[in-house]
Amino acid sequence: MSSLSTREKLAILADAAKYDASCASSGAAGRNSLKSKGIGSTEGSGICHSYAPDGRCISLLKILLTNFCIYDCVYCVNRSSSNVRRARFTIDEVVNLTLDFYKRNYIEGLFLSSGVIRSPDETMAEMVEIARRLRIDHAYQGYIHLKTIPEASDELIEQAGLYADRLSINVELPTDAGVKQLAPQKKPETIRVSMARLRSKIEEKAEPTLRTKKRVRFAPGGQSTQMIVGADATTDADILSTSARLYSGYRLRRVYYSAFSPIPDSSAVLPLVKPPLMREHRLYQADWLMRFYGFERREITAGRPDGMLDLEIDPKLAWALSNRHLFPLDVNRAPREMLLRVPGLGAKVVDRMLAVRRHQRLRIEDLGRLCASIAKVRPFIVADGWSPRALTDEENLRARLAPPARQLSLF
Amino acid sequence: MMPAHNSRSRHFSVRLASQIDFEGWRNTARALALNDVRPEDVSWQTGEGGDLFASETPLPAIPPGAALNVSRAFVDKAQAVICHSDPGRFALLYRLLLRMRETPHLLKIASDPDVIALRDLEKSVRRDIHKMRAFVRFVRVGDGGDERFVAWFEPDHFIVERNAPFFVRRFAGMRWTILTPHGSADWDGEELTFGPGATKADAPKEDASDALWKTYFANIFNPARLKVKAMQAEMPKKYWRNLPEASLIPGLIKGAEGAARDMLERMPTMPAPHHAKIQERLWSAPAEEPPADAKSLADLRRQAEGCRRCPLWQDATQTVFGEGPHDARIVFVGEQPGDQEDIAGKPFVGPAGRVFDQVISEAGIERQKLYVTNAVKHFKFEPRGKRRIHQKPNAGEVKACRWWLDHELGFIKPDLVVAMGATAAQSLLGAPVPITKMRGETVTRDDGLRVFLTIHPSFILRIREPAEADAERTRFLADMHKVKELIG
Repeated sequence: MSSLSTREKLAILADAAKYDASCASSGAAGRNSLKSKGIGSTEGSGICHSYAPDGRCISLLKILLTNFCIYDCVYCVNRSSSNVRRARFTIDEVVNLTLDFYKRNYIEGLFLSSGVIRSPDETMAEMVEIARRLRIDHAYQGYIHLKTIPEASDELIEQAGLYADRLSINVELPTDAGVKQLAPQKKPETIRVSMARLRSKIEEKAEPTLRTKKRVRFAPGGQSTQMIVGADATTDADILSTSARLYSGYRLRRVYYSAFSPIPDSSAVLPLVKPPLMREHRLYQADWLMRFYGFERREITAGRPDGMLDLEIDPKLAWALSNRHLFPLDVNRAPREMLLRVPGLGAKVVDRMLAVRRHQRLRIEDLGRLCASIAKVRPFIVADGWSPRALTDEENLRARLAPPARQLSLF
Repeated sequence: MMPAHNSRSRHFSVRLASQIDFEGWRNTARALALNDVRPEDVSWQTGEGGDLFASETPLPAIPPGAALNVSRAFVDKAQAVICHSDPGRFALLYRLLLRMRETPHLLKIASDPDVIALRDLEKSVRRDIHKMRAFVRFVRVGDGGDERFVAWFEPDHFIVERNAPFFVRRFAGMRWTILTPHGSADWDGEELTFGPGATKADAPKEDASDALWKTYFANIFNPARLKVKAMQAEMPKKYWRNLPEASLIPGLIKGAEGAARDMLERMPTMPAPHHAKIQERLWSAPAEEPPADAKSLADLRRQAEGCRRCPLWQDATQTVFGEGPHDARIVFVGEQPGDQEDIAGKPFVGPAGRVFDQVISEAGIERQKLYVTNAVKHFKFEPRGKRRIHQKPNAGEVKACRWWLDHELGFIKPDLVVAMGATAAQSLLGAPVPITKMRGETVTRDDGLRVFLTIHPSFILRIREPAEADAERTRFLADMHKVKELIG
């Protein structure tokens, strides 16, 4: 192993990290290098510095410290039974790669995860040390996301939160039964308790201390998680219900859905199919509806007897088509929470409509200029100069609005 | 800024000092607007040269006492839009300025064509700024004390000045220069200066780190998820020529299908050689199971961790078991853990727990001597955005969980149990109890255990009216005094 160059290790340990969908570098506290005269800044929204041909943004140097792992999770490229090449970075190698990449403006920061070697604490301690050296020894102010090992000690989590912008723990699979089946050595109970522990630490540190009245910086970007979609038979309804539980219980900033993707040297237990990318996309849309559009989880899947989201049309349109009795909506009178439910109207457009409405009535031409696609909106609204009449209840409305079938991925 | 006035048609030809001369535009626009000069009578130009027929006459004087007020929002937008490369931007801004005198809320009319045009220009400047922050690639030149970083970038708009402070904030500890066709920015570690435009030939070619970066780019790509359009939407081809990693893209796309098919078709292999050793060393011992037959309260607690007697465990974080001395003389029973108890794994640590603590201490009861538990050991809730809304456990759930409560009481053998609220009373007495009527009373069960009935402290928290809440708290305190008396 020692004979591997940094470049060879980077090839192995970037490859090993790519199945983690999380890439966000947003939500961090404002910070810059003006005083420290080091490098790095975070200004709220993250920046995607490149895009790979898989359409995913490259914002962070996303690598594993090592892909040696004592766990044998069947869906994971790094499971102990896999024959992939193994490598292990030194602490200095990760620190230097991060700084070198950051100085070229290739990246927004570091996303460090790791296979578990020997013990959770030993691995976590090395990850924390990398973050510490960047922050303290190199006055680095860029973004740091550490993947937390659920079984790591309280003390290490505490330190991790001091240096990192975001911490995350992967729930891996949407149900406990799924984890037990595919990641037999992982304990869903421990994962839940670890997320609870992170939430209470984040909340505790957000309170000003009694003596200094200052807040301790602790993972200002909050916590996130990821679950793999399509490796087991869990329905979308159950996945979204898990998300609702995670958002409400642990105040997660994001739940990432990662379509199960074939991996090199995969296990015979798993479906060897192309990754369900459209399903993943629909789950993100549904997740958005829950977080920003006031939808309850149950409403989203209510019209779907099999608990699976419609792959042909987006979940908001699907909901509207099965709740036509609520439409058409008068855009000059409807409240914000109902306007948000009109297919084709995003939150930004709705807010603009409300602003206009305070001064003048909305005509259909106004909406045409405000919306990206008025065709999708028209059947569901009434505006000055427009009434859909029978269109709202027309039987072939779905066919009129569904996008033509298209090839999603080249296989 | 040199305005010129053509007396015959009252046509003003305005020359601004530079492409981003916001102050010049503002002063001119103010003077013209206060003289009611129509937008079609003004032509805007920048820099040297220009309209040969324009005669150089001064701006009309601002009528005494006349003032022009515009919103901060418009000034902010105008400052951004000035950086756009569209030559029509000055005229658009002036037209909006005039229209805002008639319609002060004009910018709120998001569907107005001029407002839309403004928004579009602003958006494309913002995007250009964002893409510059994303796609500038520094090349290191020199070593040690001579180390500098130089980048070549081709923005669509005149954004170098506006965007340079970002690079200062981010790279304060580096000496850097960003070269673009329209101008350059230089930071020497102390001061930011702007210079003339440059050409690509002025910039260094390749950085030693490019090879590592390309290695990363090639390996973070997942060939099984090829989505070329999604990539190009965010990273249009026009940027590729200045991105070292972009040279890999055609090859990665070409090889993706094969790489993905290869993964799908290759048969799973035998487990890696070290796998058996790891299994043997770390995972061969059977997981430690809790004792099947609890011999102590501690055993019982361990059993309860994996409770599946009802489905409430599915959404909760953990079992919240009772807490307190194993020989406590009084046991307090609440309804179920709440949000904070579920997170902490301890009973009565949330808002109701704090009320409970205060009131019992006022009554002279020491919490350390109590055993505190709940009728139901998992939190039942309905997720609502970032909150979890408490839900009352149903009869089946209470009944399922009674098994644990009975065994807790069996090990502790207390002199008195305090049932706080209807759920606790129902669980302890096996039947619904009208708590508000019977509070303050002690019921003796068939097995001889005395059960004192009172309300749940969360009831006090739910009362909106402060006077009523105070009265209820006083009644609860009186109940606690009775409890104190009962155990002497």
